[in-house]
Amino acid sequence: MTHAQATFIVNLYHKIGYGVRNIALLLFAFITIFPFVWSAILATKDRTTMFGGGIDFSLGDKLVSNYGNLLEIMDFWTGMMNSFSISVVGTAISLIFCSMAGYALAIYKFKGRNAIFGIMVASMMIPPVLTLIPYYMVINLLGLANTHLAVWLPFTIQPIGIFLMRQYTVTSVPKDLLEASKLDGASELRTYWSIVLPLLRPGLATLAIVQFVFLWNNFLQPLVVLNSPDKMVITQMLRGVQGVPNTPWGAVMLGTTISILPLIALYMTASKQMIAGLTSGAVK
Amino acid sequence: MYPPRRCPKLEETNRSKRQRFLNKFTPYGFLSPYLIIYGVFGIFPVFFMVYLSFHMWNPVEGLGSMEFVGFENYVLGLTDPTLWQTMWNTLVMAVLSGVPQHLVALPMAYLLVMLGSRARHWFTTAYFLPYITSTVAVSMIFYVMYSKDSGIINAVLAQLADGSLTSWLFGGLKDVLPLGWVQENSLIRYSVSFVVWWKYVGFNIVIYTAGLATINPDLYEAATIDGANSWQRFTRVSLPLLKPFIFFGVTLTIIGNMNLFDEPYVLTVGGQFAQTAGKTISNYLYQIAWEWLDMGSAAAISWILFVVIGIFTGLYFWFFGRQGLGDE
Repeated sequence: MTHAQATFIVNLYHKIGYGVRNIALLLFAFITIFPFVWSAILATKDRTTMFGGGIDFSLGDKLVSNYGNLLEIMDFWTGMMNSFSISVVGTAISLIFCSMAGYALAIYKFKGRNAIFGIMVASMMIPPVLTLIPYYMVINLLGLANTHLAVWLPFTIQPIGIFLMRQYTVTSVPKDLLEASKLDGASELRTYWSIVLPLLRPGLATLAIVQFVFLWNNFLQPLVVLNSPDKMVITQMLRGVQGVPNTPWGAVMLGTTISILPLIALYMTASKQMIAGLTSGAVK
Repeated sequence: MYPPRRCPKLEETNRSKRQRFLNKFTPYGFLSPYLIIYGVFGIFPVFFMVYLSFHMWNPVEGLGSMEFVGFENYVLGLTDPTLWQTMWNTLVMAVLSGVPQHLVALPMAYLLVMLGSRARHWFTTAYFLPYITSTVAVSMIFYVMYSKDSGIINAVLAQLADGSLTSWLFGGLKDVLPLGWVQENSLIRYSVSFVVWWKYVGFNIVIYTAGLATINPDLYEAATIDGANSWQRFTRVSLPLLKPFIFFGVTLTIIGNMNLFDEPYVLTVGGQFAQTAGKTISNYLYQIAWEWLDMGSAAAISWILFVVIGIFTGLYFWFFGRQGLGDE
């Protein structure tokens, strides 16, 4: 074998390698994206075109009638608004509660600090499904059944959020600044509100992403406590129409597609931050 | 003998006393939302659940309807074949979806880091997309795709079975098509597991990409000079150094899969289809408590599960914890 031949073979080998790699990457991208595209396509079709047999990737012309059907089978925008208000309120309150707790754990030395830490770690190890019955009992005892408060309040103090805030406080709030603020006569609460919170902004943004995505997508707790149609969230409503006889699947797919659009829109504009935020527990 | 005692401040004013009290109180003040909410939703119900598990209680009839039944709930739970069946289902689906997640995510991450940062970003964005969307929404989409008569999966398989090029491989399917992906007990675990796999691979890819980024490129160079090919570089350099990330990713997968609820719930239409093989412990617990309205049994079963999961968690950390976290 001449030298030229050998180089050719090595080059070919590399090119095939790149080709296989790129095909694998593209194929996998196709697998992850396809269901979303497919649901958007189905949103423009009705039963007759959907059951036509064969595979048809073209858009149908039933979008408008599907929208009409969607509003008929469920109170779609009520569900969207309920999900939205739960997610916004829950996220806002959790930013305050978690940052307060994280700040306290990062700055102060006090009795019971280690115990509280231990309880937080231990509570993260308990599988959420086991907490479902107690959660429901407390909601019932407090008379919070069928309220939105019940769906977001318990999630405003997630240990993972508190740890995240503690971490940010340790790394981005200089102790000197806190002392200077105290010397200037600012109260503890004022120091926290006007010195610490602004410094925690990047951490708060991360936590906001995690909380919003969680609350928007949450299904189990709403399923358990929200039972009147005017209180239900969108995930509950979508799942609920599975039982409707002769389900207009085009309409349901339209609803499903619209329901994931807010998060996808957010993701399109800030995918880097969202990926970093949602894996922040794992990737330091 | 004794350490010198500090002279007490004689001129301690009322104001500074108050200040000292405030200082002492401040951290608890900041922690009070956590302490109150966790106390109410976390600590109190644990005790209440012990109490409840010895009673029969239909929540619709109010607290007055509680009736003491002793260990009956526990006996019923431990001898309930459905409980063990659903535990088995959960375990099988956890393995079917969990193992391929990592087997795919590791090499995909390895391929991704070879790319330039721009291409890598675009691919990562695509892979991560399922993770941010709700399990209910994606399960609804898959439910439609799995549909027996009009679903795209059966349609594609039918075409493949008929196609002149592909019939040698898929022709055998003709007799069984259309497949009831979510109706058949023999298929439901695969159908559910695929959705779970699909939703979480991207998350693991991101974890492993981050892990691979921590590896010093000099190590690969050294391995190449020593004559290692790219497969050997993957198995001998990357994998061992990724151990902590693998441990972390696998732990998250196990925790997540133990709680599997949404996907099987939607795909089996709230437990109407493929009940035997498709129901997880979470689904079963939900059914007992909210469909059969038997809170006492549900509480007892929660405790049984707590013990079982606790034992497995303990064993897992015992066997893999030290290794995984990297002892050195």
